[in-house]
Amino acid sequence: MFSLKEYISVKSLEEAYGLLNQNKNNVILGGLLWLKMGNKNYNKGIDLSQLGLDTITETESEVEIGCMATLRQIETSQIINNYFDGILGKSVKNIVGVQFRNCATVGGSVYSRFGFSDILTALLALDSYVELYKGGIIPLEQFVAMPIKKDILIKIIIKKDGCRASYKSHRIASTDFPVLAVCVSRCSASWKVAIGARPNKATLAINAAKLLSQNPTKDDIGAACVEALNEVKFGTNLRGSAEYRSQLAKVLVRRGVEDICK
Amino acid sequence: MQIKCYINGRLFNEDIEPDMLLIDFLRNLGFTSVKRGCDTANCGLCTVVVNEKAVLSCSVLAASINEKHITTLEGLEDEAKIIGELIANEGADQCGFCSPGFLMNVITMKKELENPTDEEIKHYLSGNLCRCTGYMGQLRAIKKYLELGKDGE
Repeated sequence: MFSLKEYISVKSLEEAYGLLNQNKNNVILGGLLWLKMGNKNYNKGIDLSQLGLDTITETESEVEIGCMATLRQIETSQIINNYFDGILGKSVKNIVGVQFRNCATVGGSVYSRFGFSDILTALLALDSYVELYKGGIIPLEQFVAMPIKKDILIKIIIKKDGCRASYKSHRIASTDFPVLAVCVSRCSASWKVAIGARPNKATLAINAAKLLSQNPTKDDIGAACVEALNEVKFGTNLRGSAEYRSQLAKVLVRRGVEDICK
Repeated sequence: MQIKCYINGRLFNEDIEPDMLLIDFLRNLGFTSVKRGCDTANCGLCTVVVNEKAVLSCSVLAASINEKHITTLEGLEDEAKIIGELIANEGADQCGFCSPGFLMNVITMKKELENPTDEEIKHYLSGNLCRCTGYMGQLRAIKKYLELGKDGE
């Protein structure tokens, strides 16, 4: 069981950032679901829930998701479901239950770069960016590859560039963590293939995506699936072996591409 | 630290530890309908409503509910009695340990979804585990409950 010496509901991001970097054991609380499962002794827990960062908005060119928006908000948001073939909502709808998704925040899942994160896999296949308090706006792909530094993820920005997308996951039980998660997108003529729950954090299969043309043939798709297995590393845990995951990846990537081509 | 909140409409001013979980806060105050199950945010037994949203009280800090409204099954006795009877009539209750969390989520679902299909009901309640019944009797009871109030019943 984790412990917390002090709880602070901050009034500004500046205050939150100052507190976060005051002591190495100070922490941003997020939705608490994963944090409370550990046994760390934290000094100050910083709650951002009074800062109005739980909104989902759109501009002419972007969709913006505040870090404190819950997975349930993402699942039910009309704005989000209007774009990207509704994959962001679809990617979270099987995560435990409604009560869980009412607690879990998108910021917590993306900032922590959890290997099992469905939403991180889905966002990675889109033209997504994160806005950090100190680090500014950077592409999600770059953020995922960075070591975890003490900063505050303020929001996630997704370009509305008419991308088609498809999200697929395989689970042992419907509400369990995914054994493997795959998200494929096509923006104009360029494809992205994201593979998550490998069980490591989601990553892009860049070479595989390059093998896909605007309207790929069956052979192109087959070649891309094989390339994805060559360039992405799979691992073994209680949910499945590396070999099993690589077989799943081949099937889910193909289904994702075929979905978009339909 | 001190918090102020409303539980089932009644004002509470309480002194708590910063890392106290909502489930412990509520049970210490005598709201024992809130059950501790898995403690890993999977079973739904500890479901309560905070500002109209169903949440898992095992995964919420009591400190974070300052100034908020919490509803437990103790605050919904009339509605719980109605659903309880429907569940009993369908033979959908055995040990009953999951019932408080289950009923809280059913009541929230009724407010949130309009005329849900069987699939929507199952999906909404997928975070409430029952290890006795197999869910079919519960589904029949819920559908009867959702029909109440229609056609002036």
